[in-house]
Amino acid sequence: MATDTPFPDAGAQATRKRGGGARRTRKAALHLGGIAVSLIVTLLGLIAITFFIGRVVPIDPALAVVGDRAPKAVYEAARVQLGLDKPLIVQFVTYVKAVATGDLGMSVSTGRPVLQDLKEVFPATLEMATLGILIGIALGVPMGVHAAAKQGSLTDQVIRVVGLAGYAIPAFWLGLVGLAVFYARLQWVDGPGRVDIAYDGLVTPVTGLMLVDSLLAGETDIFFNAIGHLALPACILGFFSLAYIARMTRSFMLDQLAQEYITTARVKGLPERVVIWRHAFRPILLPLITVCALSYAALLEGSVMIETIFSWPGIGNYLTVALLNADMAAVLGATLLIGTVFIIINKVSDALYDVLDPRAR
Amino acid sequence: MAFADMRNWLLDESPASRRQARWGRIFRISLAFRGNALAMVGLVIVLALIAMAVFAPWIATHDPIAQDTYARLRPPSAANWMGTDELGRDIWSRVVFGARITLAIVILVAVLAAPAGLLIGAAAGYLGGWVDRVLMGITDIFLSMPKLILALALVAALGPGIENAILAIAVTSWPSYARIARAETLTFKNADFIAASRLQGASSLRIVVGHILPLCTSSMIVRVTLDMAGIILTAAGLGFIGLGAQPPLPEWGAMIARGRTFILDQWWVATMPGFAIIVVSLGFCFLGDGLRDVLDPKSGEKH
Repeated sequence: MATDTPFPDAGAQATRKRGGGARRTRKAALHLGGIAVSLIVTLLGLIAITFFIGRVVPIDPALAVVGDRAPKAVYEAARVQLGLDKPLIVQFVTYVKAVATGDLGMSVSTGRPVLQDLKEVFPATLEMATLGILIGIALGVPMGVHAAAKQGSLTDQVIRVVGLAGYAIPAFWLGLVGLAVFYARLQWVDGPGRVDIAYDGLVTPVTGLMLVDSLLAGETDIFFNAIGHLALPACILGFFSLAYIARMTRSFMLDQLAQEYITTARVKGLPERVVIWRHAFRPILLPLITVCALSYAALLEGSVMIETIFSWPGIGNYLTVALLNADMAAVLGATLLIGTVFIIINKVSDALYDVLDPRAR
Repeated sequence: MAFADMRNWLLDESPASRRQARWGRIFRISLAFRGNALAMVGLVIVLALIAMAVFAPWIATHDPIAQDTYARLRPPSAANWMGTDELGRDIWSRVVFGARITLAIVILVAVLAAPAGLLIGAAAGYLGGWVDRVLMGITDIFLSMPKLILALALVAALGPGIENAILAIAVTSWPSYARIARAETLTFKNADFIAASRLQGASSLRIVVGHILPLCTSSMIVRVTLDMAGIILTAAGLGFIGLGAQPPLPEWGAMIARGRTFILDQWWVATMPGFAIIVVSLGFCFLGDGLRDVLDPKSGEKH
């Protein structure tokens, strides 16, 4: 796992660029090694938790597979097949091996391997969440900077309200209201789904991202249609990340603007724009990367609720359908995938912080 | 002038008894709290939620589960303040009774998760060494998990239902309390009064329970209040998906789910319970912010 994470290399590069000596490189490498170890431990923890949920919490996992009307022989066969006759620790090792090799079991509801299902649905979620975070960053960062520069201004008030709303509004409710207003009433956006039914299945999935695939196929109609469908859910996700990013940006900026070097810059007679963007904004870039990464990870998780509203064929929809069918292999597979991505994003942003921050070395 | 005497007694700079010091502190905190308008709004909202839950039968205008198929999907009116749903049930009355469920969820999660986190964190911080490393290792693993997904998977395994939803939310929310309790414990651990108590022969358990835990409570109260909004949203989300409270319970998230089908024409069915969720979540946010400012000023946002 440690070798295919991108950061050991990035760390070495950053150090080289700054002309660091061998000692510093080694220290950074050691530190990154620590992060890699904690990444592996956390991922193992995730697997342990899903194992616990799948094997220990249900009273009888075999019964859950065959149903309570199955004859005794079938039930026993299922028990042996699931390895339930072996000690728990042996079951866990088998489970870790299976997960590590990508064997997440079969989905009862689709009748296909869970991994194959996940591969198909994940790009849809990725597309929505990525657009959401882009909206959040593109609006949230300038809003936060502006609010800090002009405390008490309209932007400042708006950010306060938006920040609170981000805490208090249920995402699924906002999705429903958004559909009612922007789709049904105003007809500014297209309805649920990724494209109109007429376009469904016309584009052969290459990357799985509808926007990219339709452009690759040269189908601009489908491209614009997909944007119409993507706009509302992405904006709603964007709203929640904007709320968080803007609030954090504002708070970081206020800390910087209170520093003495900012007063010095102002006394020197530098234009306010230079003071704010070049002097105050530069140092907060680093914590902002962490904030954006956290927000992105949260969006991948938050999309679960949004996807059910918008009939979005992503991992959230897959998960909810599996939940309602008590399809545990699919539930745990989706949990593992979302959890792994979530953890990797978190740890990579930690590592980035350490690599880029000159003080942390 | 009993009132003025009382005030002087409470604000005395050199309290003569432990009781006077304690009441004086509570009085000063309440004075500071009253000066914070948003915090007062939050307090009023939370008190209103509690009042609604307690006096629900008197506040509601209808029976929350009585169906009246002639009065299906009526828009808000003088008779049905928030309209009626697809079974002709009065939405206002259901929202009022839903306050009971929301309050129960919030209280039970706090009662389950906060003490567990508190004990784990205090034990880790006070005992140190390998206990600290193991406990905090587990805490960190839980902290870096996506909470909502974990709660979903747990409820899926336990089976849908309000009790299991509460359990799942509690299981995913103790780690942050453990972190805070550990940090607080570390600041007090080497204080002279702890050393004095240890020299008197107090056991570790006695020191943690008798001296350290009480000192953690104020920051814990702040944290729990701030977390309430998130707990309410998660519970509503579970209800919305169909894993939380089961029908005919008037849980707000489940009510939104039922109104989903009618969102385009009968908007009130899904939106009204949503407003209730938003108001209550905001109330807890305001209250938590206000409490943090008076109880735990150092950890607040500076601006």
